[in-house]
Amino acid sequence: MSQTLIGPKATPRPRVITTEPRFTDKVFRVVVTSGGMISLVLLGLIGFFLVFNGFEAMRNAGLSFLTGFDWVDAIPEENQPASYGIGAMLYGTMVTGILAMIMGVPVAVGTALFLSYYAPEWLKKPMVVVVDVMAAIPSIVYGLWGYFVLMPHAEYWAKLIHKYFGFIPFFDMPAPVFTRSPFIAGLVLAIMITPIVTAIAREVFAQTPLERIQAAYALGATKWSMIKAVVIPYGRGGVIGGAMLGLGRALGETVAVYTVLNLVYDIRIEILLSAGGSVASMIVNKFGEADPVELQALMAAGFVLFLVTLAVNFLANTIINKTARE
Amino acid sequence: MSNQTDSNSGNSRETNRGANMSKVTGKPVDKAAIRGASSSPVSSHSLADVANARASKLGAPTTGSTGLEAKNIHAWFGKKHVLEDISMDFFSGTVTALIGPSGCGKSTFIRILNRMHEFIPTAALAGQVILDGKDVYEPGVDVTKIRLRVGMVFQKPNPFPSMTIKENVLSGLRLAQIKIENEAELLESCLRRAGLWDEVKDRLDEYGGALSGGQQQRLCIARSLAVNPQVLLMDEPCSALDPGSTLRIEETIRELSASISIVIVTHNMQQAARVSDYTGFFLSDGGPGRLIESATTTEIFTNPKQKRTEDYVSGRFG
Repeated sequence: MSQTLIGPKATPRPRVITTEPRFTDKVFRVVVTSGGMISLVLLGLIGFFLVFNGFEAMRNAGLSFLTGFDWVDAIPEENQPASYGIGAMLYGTMVTGILAMIMGVPVAVGTALFLSYYAPEWLKKPMVVVVDVMAAIPSIVYGLWGYFVLMPHAEYWAKLIHKYFGFIPFFDMPAPVFTRSPFIAGLVLAIMITPIVTAIAREVFAQTPLERIQAAYALGATKWSMIKAVVIPYGRGGVIGGAMLGLGRALGETVAVYTVLNLVYDIRIEILLSAGGSVASMIVNKFGEADPVELQALMAAGFVLFLVTLAVNFLANTIINKTARE
Repeated sequence: MSNQTDSNSGNSRETNRGANMSKVTGKPVDKAAIRGASSSPVSSHSLADVANARASKLGAPTTGSTGLEAKNIHAWFGKKHVLEDISMDFFSGTVTALIGPSGCGKSTFIRILNRMHEFIPTAALAGQVILDGKDVYEPGVDVTKIRLRVGMVFQKPNPFPSMTIKENVLSGLRLAQIKIENEAELLESCLRRAGLWDEVKDRLDEYGGALSGGQQQRLCIARSLAVNPQVLLMDEPCSALDPGSTLRIEETIRELSASISIVIVTHNMQQAARVSDYTGFFLSDGGPGRLIESATTTEIFTNPKQKRTEDYVSGRFG
């Protein structure tokens, strides 16, 4: 015994630890791995397809594809080459998306807070169902409803905004045409993204730890001060994530925007004016009668939209992770 | 209910423990202490000794005007009757311990005292809780004001993780929209009273979650002190803590009881004996929980009137 205590003992090398999974476990691993890979592969293939088909157009146009305002087919008789640029459409997509967020997210968060903390029990369940059903309505229905029902009202609201806030450049009006404006498209998009943002915000708010809510109440908090101090800080990351998902949907929305927006190849800051842009709507607008060269340009436009949506989602994830860590 | 007779024999509220402590030596020894010392019918000598040690150290428990009183409280969850006809007085400047086996309604009872009971769906109650002469369940009472005056510390430490230590302590002011002149002074005094100042004074801007469990619980105590409550309810405040932190919190309770009244639910009878002036023993025989006996802590641990109390405090069941 005493001998083993004398002298430094050799430090053992760390053992290699392995486990042999069972057969069923291996099978399951293959199933879930392939499921996970399929979505990645699909994403990659879609990106590849768009690049492959649109590469020619992007190479011809160069950077002006992103910055240019024109979308002109070649006219051989007048010896005019084709010129394709999606700058105006890209800008228009951003404007309508941001307008949708500004108008939709506060409504969605308010709805979620109402459903979680204020709605009486008998109202809660039917309202949740209604909000969820709103998410399932096809976008063409929103488009038609927006065109025939919402637009006459929205036109009036736009006039009011112009009348009282016309001194702000955004609400200025060079020509008195208020229909099919970015404002109305943003309004329709806001209504379309509200259900998904509401559902996510409600889910996050519902997970607020009860002990923190009780701690706030036990300190004499009112409902609103409790929500400000506990629920909103807890749910912030999730709500931003939900809003970003909504933005992703708004940026890619095609048919509804196509119905209520007048596509004009120009960058204008006046959001009430009947002139806007949307990459997705432009694609659906031009797709039917495009010649092969224009089709390439449309593919390229699709690729840009694809990248923008990916970037938005990536940004959403970064924000969520960052707030979650804090 | 021996509590009630005591309350009538009343010194005024101002005779708080601080004053008593200075008079301890000159004071005649408490009757209960004599009983406990001479003939202890309870087999658990150590608990009786603990209770006696505290009683003789502090002199007779302070009696005074009633700050908080529960009158004929019944409680239900849905159809289940969980508390039956509980009446208790909580005297200003004293510590009252509520003991009893799990599920006998102690926590439900203290949650009724500051109207936290009503957050549980289907919860119902009957009876009155009188705070300074007024029923807190009367229609038109601002419930947030009640909770400002009757603070609460929970079983699991629950500081707000999105706030720093400093913000946590002062959060009650923000939540209740109270404005005060000197926040720094209040911050220090609350942390000092909770026995946490020396440990956190150099890291007030760190997040509350970075503290140990015991420190977090003391932070929660400091937080509830910041709104200056006259009663502090503690629902098993030490059950999630190690013995060292538990002792530290018991010290805090003892110091606090000089200025506010404390009601503490505990499963630890040693703790009840160490920190409380009065003890209420709750028991449920399968039906609703009842208050079996309520008296000075010395009496409960040395000379309980009820056989069931004696059995419980001597560890024969529960």
